[in-house]
Amino acid sequence: MGVKPTRVSNSIRALRFAHGEMTQADLAQRVGVTRQTIIAIEQGRYSPSLEMAFQIARVFQVPLDDVFQYGTSEGESS
Amino acid sequence: MSRDERNTWIFGVVAIIAYAAYVIVIISRADGGPISAVDYVAPLLWSVGLAILANIVANIVLGILASIASGKEAMIKDQRDREIFRRSEYIGQSFVIAGAVAALLMAMAQWEYFWIANVIYLAFVLSAVLSATARIIAYRKGFPWE
Repeated sequence: MGVKPTRVSNSIRALRFAHGEMTQADLAQRVGVTRQTIIAIEQGRYSPSLEMAFQIARVFQVPLDDVFQYGTSEGESS
Repeated sequence: MSRDERNTWIFGVVAIIAYAAYVIVIISRADGGPISAVDYVAPLLWSVGLAILANIVANIVLGILASIASGKEAMIKDQRDREIFRRSEYIGQSFVIAGAVAALLMAMAQWEYFWIANVIYLAFVLSAVLSATARIIAYRKGFPWE
């Protein structure tokens, strides 16, 4: 069974590296979730709640749109 | 592996082992005679009781080992864990309903208590195994059925 990605894509991985190569564990600790949850979000296996999405954006000090993008059609990100 | 994923593995494996042990005891007690004549009450209660105890002990022991290996993170439960639990329980509920309907019809048809009790127990076990399987798939693959 293949992994079905959510239609929400994200730039967390790039943002982590742009912020001093922040580790997944560091980000998880700052957001208050497990490292597995950060991994699942990065890989598109889990769409976080709006509140968690804002918390992640706040860690990187960027607008929500810079972290998460929503596909306009199947497999396409805006 | 998060705390809840670890506990889900324990839950699913214990449910299967406990039920398998129960079935083996019942079949061995039947000894070629009618299976519905077997005194099933004590084995069933022991099976459920030992499964609960095994779950608690395994959760504690593996929880301690995991926290030694990976620190505080091994004990965290977050929003994703809660969502996965809720959705998987919803899936598992289908077997509880099927078992309840089956038991209701069997009672109306005046089946023996043995069969009514056992169809309910089987429904609980299938519900546990299905929800544990759904939970593990959700942890590994997301929610492919949605």
